[in-house]
Amino acid sequence: MTQAPDAPSRPLIHAISLTKRFPVSSGWFRRDRSFAHAVDGVSFQIQRGESFGLVGESGCGKTTTGKLLVRLVDPTEGKIVFDDGEDEPTDIASLSGRSLKSFRRKAQMIFQDPYESMNPRRTIFDTVAEPLKVQKIGGAIERVERVSEMLGMVGLTPPATFLFRYPHELSGGQRQRVAVARALVIEPIFIVADEPTSMLDVSIRTGIMRLMEDLAARLGISYLYITHDLAVARYMCSRIAVMYLGKIVEQGETEEILHNPKHPYTQALLSAVPIPDPSAARPPVKIEGGVSTPIDPPPRCRFYDRCPVADAFCRDSEHPPLEDKGGGRMVACYKA
Amino acid sequence: MSPQRTYSQTQPSLWKARLTLATRSLRQSWTLFLATRIGVIGLAIIAFYALLAAAHPILMMFVWEERVYDPVVGYAFEETRQPAPPSLKHPLGTDPLGRDVLSQLMFSARSEFMLGLLAALVTVSIGTIVGAVSAYFGGVVDAVLMRLADIMIMLPVISVLVVLSALIGVEHFELAIIIGIVSGFGATGVVLKSQALSVVVKPYVEAAKTAGGGHVHVIFVHVVPNLLPLSFLYMMFTVTGAIFSEAVLSFLGLLDVRMSWGLMIHVTESAGYLLQVTEYWWLIFPASLSITLLCSSFYLVGRSLDEVVNPRLRQL
Amino acid sequence: MHYMTRAGAVRAVDGVTFSVERGQSLGLVGESGCGKSSIAISLLKILPDSARILSGSILLEGVDILPLSEDEMREYRWKRISMVFQAAMNSLDPVYRVGDQIIEALELHVGSAPSEAVERVRELYDLVGLNHSFIPRYPHEYSGGMKQRAIIAMALACEPAIIVADEPTTALDVIVQDRILREMRKVRDALDMSMIYISHDMAVIAEVSDVVGVMYAGRIVEFGETKDVFENPIHPYTRALMSAFPSVTGEKRELATLPGEPPNLLAPPSGCRFHPRCPYATEECRSQPPPTVRRGVHWADCWNPPEDQSP
Repeated sequence: MTQAPDAPSRPLIHAISLTKRFPVSSGWFRRDRSFAHAVDGVSFQIQRGESFGLVGESGCGKTTTGKLLVRLVDPTEGKIVFDDGEDEPTDIASLSGRSLKSFRRKAQMIFQDPYESMNPRRTIFDTVAEPLKVQKIGGAIERVERVSEMLGMVGLTPPATFLFRYPHELSGGQRQRVAVARALVIEPIFIVADEPTSMLDVSIRTGIMRLMEDLAARLGISYLYITHDLAVARYMCSRIAVMYLGKIVEQGETEEILHNPKHPYTQALLSAVPIPDPSAARPPVKIEGGVSTPIDPPPRCRFYDRCPVADAFCRDSEHPPLEDKGGGRMVACYKA
Repeated sequence: MSPQRTYSQTQPSLWKARLTLATRSLRQSWTLFLATRIGVIGLAIIAFYALLAAAHPILMMFVWEERVYDPVVGYAFEETRQPAPPSLKHPLGTDPLGRDVLSQLMFSARSEFMLGLLAALVTVSIGTIVGAVSAYFGGVVDAVLMRLADIMIMLPVISVLVVLSALIGVEHFELAIIIGIVSGFGATGVVLKSQALSVVVKPYVEAAKTAGGGHVHVIFVHVVPNLLPLSFLYMMFTVTGAIFSEAVLSFLGLLDVRMSWGLMIHVTESAGYLLQVTEYWWLIFPASLSITLLCSSFYLVGRSLDEVVNPRLRQL
Repeated sequence: MHYMTRAGAVRAVDGVTFSVERGQSLGLVGESGCGKSSIAISLLKILPDSARILSGSILLEGVDILPLSEDEMREYRWKRISMVFQAAMNSLDPVYRVGDQIIEALELHVGSAPSEAVERVRELYDLVGLNHSFIPRYPHEYSGGMKQRAIIAMALACEPAIIVADEPTTALDVIVQDRILREMRKVRDALDMSMIYISHDMAVIAEVSDVVGVMYAGRIVEFGETKDVFENPIHPYTRALMSAFPSVTGEKRELATLPGEPPNLLAPPSGCRFHPRCPYATEECRSQPPPTVRRGVHWADCWNPPEDQSP
């Protein structure tokens, strides 16, 4: 999955100033006054066959961005141009009814928690066959065959022994394989993977990561890979975007960002990752305090409160734009 | 094992697999249920009354003479004094109007069952749908349904029933429907909604939406099935509530029922025997004991079902 | 320690022996279900009803705490041994101020006078790096990392000889985790306290512990000074764990995949418990429990250890 996206000039997904605000004091009679700016003017492109990573701490808006791309959440503003090369490019944000349902054949999501992402009362067959059923694809016999084939593909063999078991009879790793099978069963071309390995044990994790890589290469799938773990992003994504409080603060080739982070937040994030080597000493993390609130933030740089290099200019200016600093590297910082 | 061979006759084998799974989970639940003991006691009491109810028409047809034993218009001609104490011919004696108490008791059991189960069914059907829909859609739908629930909870049911009896006359069937609607849109709906709220935020609901599943699909495939254990539990509690309400209402003489346990006590009371319990015990005890037993039996079954569906309550 | 379930006895911890010196920090690392948390709750004797300690002893400063009654144990908990859980931040009572909860613990366990207790809470907040202004605030006004630090402050309140930390930073973001790890190390050095740090994360263990025990299927399979274990791991499981860990810095190497799943502890595998997943398994691994290989204080239970590469 590390191959560079070369040929197609048009990206599979082009998110343009994507914004999602959640009303904070919601009520039927009350008028909404405050908004949580979960995702705030985020733009990025995902090429065909590419795996693009969204990295950030909890609450930075990465999961909401993922859900926006599969329309589990409706955007407040912005466009998501989806261009699969077959049909006309469409704005996912404006789809509804029948066209939304047919878009759902092409984009799927894998969820973080393998224990919660499957209905405990439905068998593995029911779970994996659900997309086929709601999209009215195939009859009962084809569905059983298709599901068995998928289970075999994700390494649950022999498939027949898994079809009529319940999620609770499977281990976490096996369940996450079922989740992958469910996402792939209708042959999508784009998958949002929301921390698919973060709840798994290390010895199981690599297997799932490999599986997702292999399948993407084999079936030509693009990923939006959401993770809080920079090390995982390094192995799964050719390019990453680092998010902080609803904004992308840095974006570029994964290896380059990891070796030469330019935004002070990315630098802090990297230096906070523990190193599995008892004799190595990490430099101290420079930033202080916790993540500030996303509710009605001031217009200045979102990172200002915690930034070690911020000055009066940062305080009095708007949030810095995401600027190209050469070599495809985009950084949103006045000081970088 | 090649998939082709395994699924050559897919249709029947799919059904067979589902049937096997269903029976397996039923058997597991049954084992857990048996282990709870209080549930078994409850079930035994229910079975006993079910037998009484079922035996009544048979006895009436083949053993008991209608003009003597009819629970409403019969008269024990051979007794000189009414109410007559228990005898061989009348094991539980006769009431102040000369009718056989055992026959009344058995006849009423059937209508108590009908009333309780119908009320429970209506309650739970409404409550489950209201809960699921309200939690799933939220917003205005939720607000409207929950305000309706508030009204139902605040409704003075007894007063409403008094008015309704005066206007249209309330029998068992109507009572069951009224209890079902009030409780289904009211308390039961609210409880099931709070449960549904924890279901609608599960990732599997989001997965179903991402797959293209519509509202109906998500509500009936994912939300409702996960409410059913709790619905079933509330069904048991509603039975108890319905039987008890009926007893109270007919004791007060507010229902147009032909015969019921509450009415038996009402007749005793209006004939002035209510305070002479020791002397005329057969007028009070059979009916009141039946009300208590049947109410508590459904409650016990409900409690033990609670243990079956809530692993947290299970004792290891 | 065993858990009694309907399906039979789960041998969650099976013949584990280790010791922690004063001022030393022991890291226990392993995957979910390997028994590391069961050790933690056994040490504090806060076992669920279904769990039984069948045999063994836990010596705390020379006293076996296992036969102690619940009343006697209460004297030890908090004062001599205390604990920080993964979910501990949710154990703060939402309706009381955090400072008051710590003061209450102090008055209850040490019998401090109220004024002393208030002073002590200030010291504790300094120790874990929390601002004094948060003392009279309610838990919901704290962020996750701050709550976890308040819990650590509470655990330290009675100056225990040893603190058991079970995945205290797992639910937190890396930047917060970094700060808590630093505070914990600082506190430990300042108070000369022992620590047992339990985690699934090799990297965290490498940073906080002096000695390390690697657990698999209810047993410690490798034990030694952190440096030795990380630089010259003996057990194939330890090696697999380390090579499965993606690294942010350093060269990007191929990640190892460990086949299979951790065993079912209702019926653990015969011989070496790791043999079904071990690439070096031989016939004797399948049938016989493995011998202990010793290299100084560093040891591991394995039939086929690699050559000693330490200088």
